[in-house]
Amino acid sequence: MSKQIAFYVEQKHCMGCSACQIACKDKHNLPLGQNFRQIHAYEGGDFTISGNVVYQNTYAYWIPVSCNHCVDAPCIAVCPSKAIFKRQEDGLVLINEKSCIGCRRCFAVCPYQAPQFDAANGKMKKCDFCQDLLQQGTAPACVSACPMRVLGYGELSELQKKYGDTSWVKGLPNTAKIKPAWVLVPHRDAVDV
Amino acid sequence: MCKNVIKGARDMTDTTFQEETIIRTSGSHNCGGRCIVKAHVKDGRIVRITSDDERPDTDKRPQLRGCLRCRAYRSYLYHEDRLKYPMKRIGKRGEGLFERISWEEALDTIADHTKRIMAEYGPEAIYLSYATGNAGKTSEQVWMRRLLALYGGYLDYYGTYSSACTNAATPYTYGTVNSGSSREDWVNSKLIILMGFNPAATIHGTNTAYYLKKAKEAGAKIICIDPLYSDTAVALADQWIPIRPTTDSALLDAMAYVIITENLQDQVFLDTYCLGFDEDHMPEGIPAGNSYKSYILGTGTDQVPKTPAWAERSTGIPREIIIQLAREYALNKPGALIQGFGPQRHAYGEQPPRSGAALAAMTGNIGIKGGWASGCGSPCRKQYVGSIPINNPCKAAISMYMWPLAIQKGTELGKREGVRGVDKLSANIKLIFNLAGNCLINQHSDTNGTAELLGDENLAQFIVVSDHFLTSSAKFADILLPGDNFMEREDIVLPWSAGDYVLFMNKAVDTVYECRNGYDWIRDLAERLELTAEFTQGKTLEDWLRFIVDETRKENPGFPSYEEFKEKGVYDWEYEEPAIAFKEQIEDPRHHPFPTPSGKIEFFSSRLWELDKPAEVPAIPKYIPAWEGPEDPLRGTYPLQCIGHHTKRRVHSMFDNNDWMEEAEAQVFWISIYDAKKRGIKNGERVCIYNTRGKVILTAKVTPRIMPGVISIPQGGWWSPDKEGTDQRGCINTLTKYQPTPLAFANPQHTNLVEVAKLDQMEAEK
Repeated sequence: MSKQIAFYVEQKHCMGCSACQIACKDKHNLPLGQNFRQIHAYEGGDFTISGNVVYQNTYAYWIPVSCNHCVDAPCIAVCPSKAIFKRQEDGLVLINEKSCIGCRRCFAVCPYQAPQFDAANGKMKKCDFCQDLLQQGTAPACVSACPMRVLGYGELSELQKKYGDTSWVKGLPNTAKIKPAWVLVPHRDAVDV
Repeated sequence: MCKNVIKGARDMTDTTFQEETIIRTSGSHNCGGRCIVKAHVKDGRIVRITSDDERPDTDKRPQLRGCLRCRAYRSYLYHEDRLKYPMKRIGKRGEGLFERISWEEALDTIADHTKRIMAEYGPEAIYLSYATGNAGKTSEQVWMRRLLALYGGYLDYYGTYSSACTNAATPYTYGTVNSGSSREDWVNSKLIILMGFNPAATIHGTNTAYYLKKAKEAGAKIICIDPLYSDTAVALADQWIPIRPTTDSALLDAMAYVIITENLQDQVFLDTYCLGFDEDHMPEGIPAGNSYKSYILGTGTDQVPKTPAWAERSTGIPREIIIQLAREYALNKPGALIQGFGPQRHAYGEQPPRSGAALAAMTGNIGIKGGWASGCGSPCRKQYVGSIPINNPCKAAISMYMWPLAIQKGTELGKREGVRGVDKLSANIKLIFNLAGNCLINQHSDTNGTAELLGDENLAQFIVVSDHFLTSSAKFADILLPGDNFMEREDIVLPWSAGDYVLFMNKAVDTVYECRNGYDWIRDLAERLELTAEFTQGKTLEDWLRFIVDETRKENPGFPSYEEFKEKGVYDWEYEEPAIAFKEQIEDPRHHPFPTPSGKIEFFSSRLWELDKPAEVPAIPKYIPAWEGPEDPLRGTYPLQCIGHHTKRRVHSMFDNNDWMEEAEAQVFWISIYDAKKRGIKNGERVCIYNTRGKVILTAKVTPRIMPGVISIPQGGWWSPDKEGTDQRGCINTLTKYQPTPLAFANPQHTNLVEVAKLDQMEAEK
């Protein structure tokens, strides 16, 4: 298997703090409405009230989501101008801005809403894994920002060896086919017991 | 209002390939955390913010990583609404209409009023209002104190809007507020109970949530007791126990009942270290039936056993859960019952910290690894860092919450109203300096009532405000001054909560427009008061920072030189072991008594007994049903308890106007799916929250994450009344009541009954 860089998300202890989202926004100079990494919130359950007392079966959790640089990225397949490509050396899914025509088909097909339309230049933009930082040997902005140390990155196969191969939790669309390059350690409420 | 855009404010162009300088600094806003901030500067502008990402991230010393607040700093620093020039009020006070003036005119006016009011009324008429927007060692606040102290003095305050009740109450049990061990020690706990403690949002010491994660990884079970399923609970809790606000002491009382009746208490510990637990260990001369145990078992004066069934009615917690919790805490030693500040910001907020400490003592969890003494929990390990000398000749001080009364009838206030230093105040407050703070209106209780009070120019005759933005409080200024930003100045900052380090803030960029550093303009004010030499001692700001370092080095010769400290930006104190609060007192009680009058842990406080206010200030901790609490008959009209939780997006009211933050977490109030359904309210709908004190129109977050019967408006939204006075932003204090607590004279901000209605219903009722 060729090299594939990937994110590690210890989702079970994510506190939804958005430090990753803001670090990314700051690093990439993203205007309002654009975030390459976002916190998706899920909650549910209910209360039972009996006289004065309250019983609950509430659940809630977050999933910090960016582009997952999928092994079989659907955005590449639908891009009419071949602007999106998978870099052989590390598996990053990148957009060649020059070729991008801003048709947003990649957005429509991405289960994570990762590609974002930039109204300023009519192009799609998305997480590039902070490739400039990677080149310097440092972690992507989101990873080094995480106050809970629940974000990490590395070679996909190695991450899987260490943390298992979960890449889906409750709330996310079914992504078995596209093989997203991330490893999740699920929150207690994000798995079926 | 001047509205010109700050140069390049939104010009965030690509900067990847050009030279950047990285400046080591920190945030000096009042924050639960204190982190390393690195400003990437290019062409005189900050182009990126990073944090502690170079030093090794170890268990012993985790990196001091900034959260979203400092990360979003550019959107604050380059905000187009920043105050740029000194201004004077031209409309009615509070209306927010100002006109640009020169610094000369501003300072002349301030000097004139200061001279006049000092001459006419004396120093007790001059008040520096509680303000925490700048927590640096050389903030405006510090300089103004120094100047006024030299000029004859000022009325001081004690306590904080955050923690006044626990600060006042915890010493009645332990003799100190420093009842907290190091957070590194939590890995030794088998059980951690977080009571109204949500460090995911409040931070409460950089890395606090991370230390909890470490504890969990080491095997601790974590239980969160909170009206909200807090961010901390979601990330870390094994169990969430929703509780009605103001009833924490009822829960703790019932836990004590279970522990005593099942004989699970650590009797040896109680007999050895404690006073007033049972009738055999009472101070002399106290009538029988006044011990803690008598109160809990109902054999004392009230004849009410504090059973789980009794607590169930007020707390809303099923009795079997109370029993389970009590047993778990008693049987899983060491355990840490950690109390946040939320549970003590209510009508009788003095009680929960002492109730918590009682449980910690009953289970023998004090002074040991993995335990926690509960109560205030300020770190027991302190480090000395030098300060700017201030010697206020005026000895009078009020609780920070009492200033509205000191404006109205200061001369009637004395010891009974919590005045310290003098028997009675000699003047009403006439001059207010509100420097980098929003407690003049926004963060204080009852905005509508307070606005009326401040609007009367015969009462508070002159108000000076310094800030970055036209906040709700700034609107009440007579003279409004533009402060410099954290990124534009040098300072030294400490964590306000836990953390054994100190940070140097290097200046990253130049100050914009006519914004000025506090030292600069207060020195110019000193000149007008003919105190330049005394005030400055011939020193520049840098000289004073050197002075702080020199003073610190006197106590700690290992502290680096000024140059080295400035360059590194951080100094860490080195310790072999985590600090354990009261370790010495427990290991060697003969030589290390508790710093209480009896030398013991005081379940029963003779000092409180002597106050002779048993209904509101009992000598032992008790559950006292709050006015506007769950048992108030007023619930018939206003059925919902309203609290104001802290959120990740603000530090109190700071950053409310940062649009990156609004994007990360919009200002909405929480209402349970149960209460919303009853009222036909949908998620995302704008509705009206009201009581007799005011109205707020705000978007509803309909959620299972808040207990039925409770709503929460995230505190800190900027009070924005429309023409009819209805707040449009969600400032919880539009609904809070101004009523000081009985012992601390503190703010009871989580004690409110309200109703919520759809907007069309409100219209129909009109």
